[in-house]
Formats: sequence, C-alpha cells, structure tokens
Amino acid sequence: MRGFEQHLGEFRQRGIAIAAISVDSPAESNKLCHSRGYTYPFLSDPDATAIHAYGILHPKASPDGQDIARPAEFLVDSAGIVRWANLTGDIRIRARPEVALEAIRKQLGT
Amino acid sequence: MKRRWNIAIWAGFAIVLASIISYIPVFALFPITRDIPWANYLLFAAGLGLLGVGLKRAFSDPQHYRGKISGSILGVLSLAIAGFFVVGVLYFSKQLPASPGAPRVGQPAPSFTLANSDGKQISLADLLKGNRGVLLIFYRGYW
Repeated sequence: MRGFEQHLGEFRQRGIAIAAISVDSPAESNKLCHSRGYTYPFLSDPDATAIHAYGILHPKASPDGQDIARPAEFLVDSAGIVRWANLTGDIRIRARPEVALEAIRKQLGT
Repeated sequence: MKRRWNIAIWAGFAIVLASIISYIPVFALFPITRDIPWANYLLFAAGLGLLGVGLKRAFSDPQHYRGKISGSILGVLSLAIAGFFVVGVLYFSKQLPASPGAPRVGQPAPSFTLANSDGKQISLADLLKGNRGVLLIFYRGYW
C-alpha cells in the first residue's frame, strides 16, 4: 500500500488508476488513509460482493471470523478486460509496485 | 557474597522481544527482509544464544549468578515467541484458498460499485474513465 502511494506518479504517468478494495468500512478506510497518507481511492466492500465476484473470498479469515479478501491484484484495461492478475500464495508477500509497473509495460505498453 | 545480576538472560530476552515486535513495522517494509525474514531469524538466534549463556551461568555457577528461575521462565517464553514467528512465516501466512473462480487474463473484470472512504459511490467504469486501465488491489483489511 505504502509502496504504491510512493510510486503513484509513475502509475498516473502511464494512465493507470489505482484502487484498493477490502471489507473495511468507509470510516475505517478514511482513518487508514489519513494516518498513512494514502491518496488513491480505498473502496469499501463490507458484504464482500465484489470480492466474491472476483473469486478471491477467503472465508472466515478475519480476526473475528468474517469473510475477507485474500490479497490479490488485477490490472484491468479500458475495455474492462483483465490483463494481469497476481494471487499471492503468502499473505506476507504482496506484489510490489515495480512488478505491477513491469506488467503494465508488458501488457499495455509504456 | 552477593550474587551478580545475570545480564545475559535479560539481554537475550530483550533481543527476542525486539525481533518479534520489529517484523511488521520495520523488516516487512523491505522485500529483502520480508520474503525470507533472515534478519528476524538472526535476532532470534542471537537472543536465544545469549539466554543460553545466561542459563548456563545460572546453573553451573549459582553462587555468583542469579537467574535459575527467571532464566528458565524467560527461556521457555523466548522459545515460544520464536516458534510462533517461525510457524507463522512458514505455515499460517501461506494458508490461502485456491480461488479457481478468479477472472483470468483475457476475461472481463466483474463490474462493481463501492463506497470510497468519503462514502461516495465509485464504479469500475468511473475508475477507468479517462484512463488506460486500473490496478485493483484487494487487501485483507482489519488494520
């Protein structure tokens, strides 16, 4: 999250928006964005409907046993087609901004 | 004769504590110390080693060194902390579902409309407007 904020300019320069999605409420996201200085949109999916539609539900995995998203990244082009997807096998190891930028360069050109 | 404070035991325990506490705010920020947390493993080894030295002193030379009881308790506690970390890294962080239903490359991305942190409704189409694409980052939440 922090890494993507630091590289936000490079994504914008390439015409790529960034959005983060979780089951957290807008109020919780607001707090997170303010405390960490995130400026890209954080979207709230409290019922995990979008998370379910993307097939990345991690059932009963939150600290209080709720369904949440497994960490995942999808690059969607302007036609709404998935051009790159990254489903990590380890929750500690998220895609780095450099890896996403490389995928953008390969899939959509610079 | 007054027995000496067994500093190795306490220093060892302090290093073990520092190792587990530092992972998320420090070492997890950098891929080189995150993917394989060798810095934390080294700290655990150093802390447990020091504890071992302290315990050896306490038991082999109890006339001069304190720490038979405190050292034993802190030693067990330290082993538990290090074990918890290693099991977390090698096992629990890899417990993820298979996700066979996730859209593949070339397939359409499911549309959605969700509230942003100000409560404003944002759709996938809104995110794509005027852009060549959007990177969706799904995360676990509950921070």
